[in-house]
Amino acid sequence: MKRRDVLVGAMLAATTMATGLPALAGGEPLKVGLILPMSGPFASTGREIEAAAKLYVAEHGAEVAGREIELVVKDDAGVADTTKRLAQELIVRDKAEVIAGFGLTPLALAAAPLATRAKVPEIVMAAATSSITEQSPFVTRTSYTTPQVTSKIAEWAKANGISRVVTLVSDYGPGIDAEKTFAQVFDDLGGEVVDSLRVPLANPDFAPFLQKVADLKPDAVFVFVPSGVGAPFMKQFVERGLDKSGIKLIADGGVTDDDILNSMGDPALVAITGFHYSAAHDSEANKAFVEAFQKANPGMRPNFMAVGGYDGMALLYQALEKTGGDSDGTALIEAMKGLSWESPRGPVSIDPETRDIVQNVYMRRVERGADGELWNVEFETFEAVKDPAKSGS
Amino acid sequence: MSTATTTTRDPALMLTILIDGIAYGMLLFVLASGLAVTLGLMNFINLAHGAFALMGGYATALLMNRAGLPFLATLPFAFLVPALIGAVAERTLYVRLYRRPHLDQVLFSIGLVFMAVTAADWLFGSQQQLITLPAWLQGRFELAGVAIGRYRAFLILVCAALVVGLQFVLTRTRFGARLRAAVDDQRAARGLGINVGVIFASTFAVGSGLAGLGGALGVEILGMDPTFPLKFMVYFLIVVTVGGTAGLTGPFLAALIIGVADVAGKYYAPELGAFMIYLLMIVILILRPQGLIAR
Amino acid sequence: MSTRTAFSPGTVPLRGAAPTDLQARALRDLGRTGRWRPAEALFWLAALASFFFLPDQHLLLTEVVILGLFALSLDLVLGYAGIVSLGHGAFFGLGAYVAGLVSIHLTGEPLTGLLLGGLAAGVLGFATAPLLLLRASDLTRLMVTLGIAMLLYEAANKAAWLTGGADGLQGVWIDPLFGRFEFDLFGTTAYGYALAVTFLLFLIARRIVTSPYGLSLRAIRDNALRANTIGVPVGRRLVAIYTLSALYAGIAGALLAQTTMFVSLDVLAFHRSADVLLVLVLGGVGYLYGGLIGAIVFKLLQDVFSTITPEYWMFWIGLVLVVIVLIGRDRINAAPLALWHRIRGGAK
Repeated sequence: MKRRDVLVGAMLAATTMATGLPALAGGEPLKVGLILPMSGPFASTGREIEAAAKLYVAEHGAEVAGREIELVVKDDAGVADTTKRLAQELIVRDKAEVIAGFGLTPLALAAAPLATRAKVPEIVMAAATSSITEQSPFVTRTSYTTPQVTSKIAEWAKANGISRVVTLVSDYGPGIDAEKTFAQVFDDLGGEVVDSLRVPLANPDFAPFLQKVADLKPDAVFVFVPSGVGAPFMKQFVERGLDKSGIKLIADGGVTDDDILNSMGDPALVAITGFHYSAAHDSEANKAFVEAFQKANPGMRPNFMAVGGYDGMALLYQALEKTGGDSDGTALIEAMKGLSWESPRGPVSIDPETRDIVQNVYMRRVERGADGELWNVEFETFEAVKDPAKSGS
Repeated sequence: MSTATTTTRDPALMLTILIDGIAYGMLLFVLASGLAVTLGLMNFINLAHGAFALMGGYATALLMNRAGLPFLATLPFAFLVPALIGAVAERTLYVRLYRRPHLDQVLFSIGLVFMAVTAADWLFGSQQQLITLPAWLQGRFELAGVAIGRYRAFLILVCAALVVGLQFVLTRTRFGARLRAAVDDQRAARGLGINVGVIFASTFAVGSGLAGLGGALGVEILGMDPTFPLKFMVYFLIVVTVGGTAGLTGPFLAALIIGVADVAGKYYAPELGAFMIYLLMIVILILRPQGLIAR
Repeated sequence: MSTRTAFSPGTVPLRGAAPTDLQARALRDLGRTGRWRPAEALFWLAALASFFFLPDQHLLLTEVVILGLFALSLDLVLGYAGIVSLGHGAFFGLGAYVAGLVSIHLTGEPLTGLLLGGLAAGVLGFATAPLLLLRASDLTRLMVTLGIAMLLYEAANKAAWLTGGADGLQGVWIDPLFGRFEFDLFGTTAYGYALAVTFLLFLIARRIVTSPYGLSLRAIRDNALRANTIGVPVGRRLVAIYTLSALYAGIAGALLAQTTMFVSLDVLAFHRSADVLLVLVLGGVGYLYGGLIGAIVFKLLQDVFSTITPEYWMFWIGLVLVVIVLIGRDRINAAPLALWHRIRGGAK
């Protein structure tokens, strides 16, 4: 880190020269580099976030505190070195003063050293690994962290008569994060994790893993898989009759992703999930958000990615209000610390210590609404949850 | 952490896993059979094969979800739409490339994949396409104590019928004889009055149609989104390479072996998980460099 | 899958000519094929000029150069020995990880990491080369190389304690080059560094392929059986060039790790191996510049299209590829190829 500090001085000089002392210029447009996977397997993440960020700008006007906000959308296709190059280009060439987006953990991590070197705030709108915000003092987050949600699912399970659990996660960073958090919290509460199964990420068929679950006969299986994979998982869960054998399915809300929930059909009804956002969240703010989102993007339903993008812009707007249009990186990130507002997902705030989001975690079950569509209906709330991996609780 | 090792030797359970594996392998075969013909027999590298599977999968998903057609009724469309597009593409595009170097074919067909993937994305969105199977295909039934998924049994039946039919057409019919003649020696076949162009076009069309059918049958198990052709390209190539390029028997065996080994491997040796399929491929190719059944 | 039949004379001894004549003639031909031509000088001058006159593009250009070097490494085996590989990403990725790990655990000095990254990949190439000697079709080689790359990918994912798994390798830091040139945010040092390394490796590759050794490789590519009967040790030659190619790919990977100061599983992913084959074929196989030109064309197209349409740029790239093939790569490549023939002293 020492080497880095020496360097920061040099870089500061360089970037300040390069950006031509933009801080107090006022009136100059403020470029926000929005780096998202817009193509490739994670394209739907990018689409949701972009749509929501644009919606925010459309609703609140492109001007805040005298500065015009200009969104520059770039596609990194989910490849980390591309993310890094795009972030770097945005900062040094296009003079972007804020970088945002970041669909996956490695992408956010790749850009973090840049944020430090260039003193540019990095707003993470999707990636959920706990450690991201620790990689740079300029990183803040408006999505969620895996432990934040998973720890509450474990608590809820133990409090509701579940004592033997098999965890089943995709074999990658966030999945392993979830597996560990669940086992730890559940164990502390006196529950037993009977087995921990890891499914290869590129896995077309869950049959062998579900067979294992069936053999072990736990009270419940805890699942964490990337959002597109949740649907085939639940179908095969039901196909094997596991729902009827008394094994409960509890999962991270990514499994019943609002984006595709409605097309999952009845198998989705078996899932009990914990999450920070449901498009069915019962509040005025959310109703307005969902309606506006669907009006602007026919055929799409806003999901947790969308709300992350929407709140990312909300955070930036409020921080700019607070600094009076000063877009100096340090000033902006300082202004962001401790901000709180009413998001479509409920009350949220930015932890001044960790720059991570503090929010409610809801337990939901899937129900068919009056409109005949499937929704995640919240039935229990854990209020103002901090990321447990960092707040030590 | 694993406690339940006793159950893993249960023979009924082993049969269940075997059947899961066979169903998976059969599905892989139907998906890859068209490629086995174009690559194995016609010696054309068509990386865009998955694009036809994509069309079939989307045909079924869209017809079910938007037009409300029942699952079975969509399957003919899942075959016909890609077959028709395949025939047109063969006559207008592919036909120019049969005699070009393999690398040209790679460049060309990967270009087509890129276009198909983005076109599907643009037309129908980037999210997963999901379907709901009819009730009679959901759940499981027991046969002599062995639990079998209904849909998996259905897959095995449909795919087995296709395999028998294909093998019959290829080896017992005039069309099959002509195709083999055309593939072996185009000039001689032409001399005998065989219309090689029509033979190739119809073969290509059937191969594309089968891919489409495989895509439709696979929506429930493999998932279906715009990146399907890229994600599964490798699997198709593995089936054809391991099987050998002599005909359809090799790829069929290869698909079964891969399907069973993949499912069983993940159950009995989960830590090997993703390695299994590639290890198996490398070992087989070291032992039999020309594939299981060589020409 | 050999694609080019243009072949320099002098490799097949003429019956009846005296041995000394033959030697003299062979040497003359070799000298001629090895001679530099204006177009080549122009190419590298343009590259040098881009360093000074396109400061805004250094980041993109660094990526182009690295991809170009990577494609060049594939050209060594595909273009000069006729071995197709869909697993070259294994060497690229290994080089990247080794360079990254060296900077974390050993030293931040860039050249050490570069060298070690290349060496590690070279060793892997040497170890896996015998698999290519199987009496197998192109397809089999393609899939065996792919299999190796995929195994390495899964291994890197599993070995999270070492590689950081799916999160990527954290904490890569590269010291100033020669202790003087800081790797700056504008990518200037990175571009200069990548360009210099690539040029150096290009010179070596060029020397090798125009040497008698290189000619013997081409003899193998065109007809391994005949090469064998005229006394070329086919197996050893192939292992050697494959190892060298792996080393080059490893250095390209190491360059990426060092210039981005980050390594993630992407470096080993299937799309690396596929992209590099695409880029090389696009630029043309078997004349060393193909990889570099392909990389320039592909990356620039991608940059332009993805700026216009971040969602659907792949469609337009696909269309370009299809149209290129339909028009005929040969016709499009005719310009640089004709140039190359002239460079080679009119050898037809």
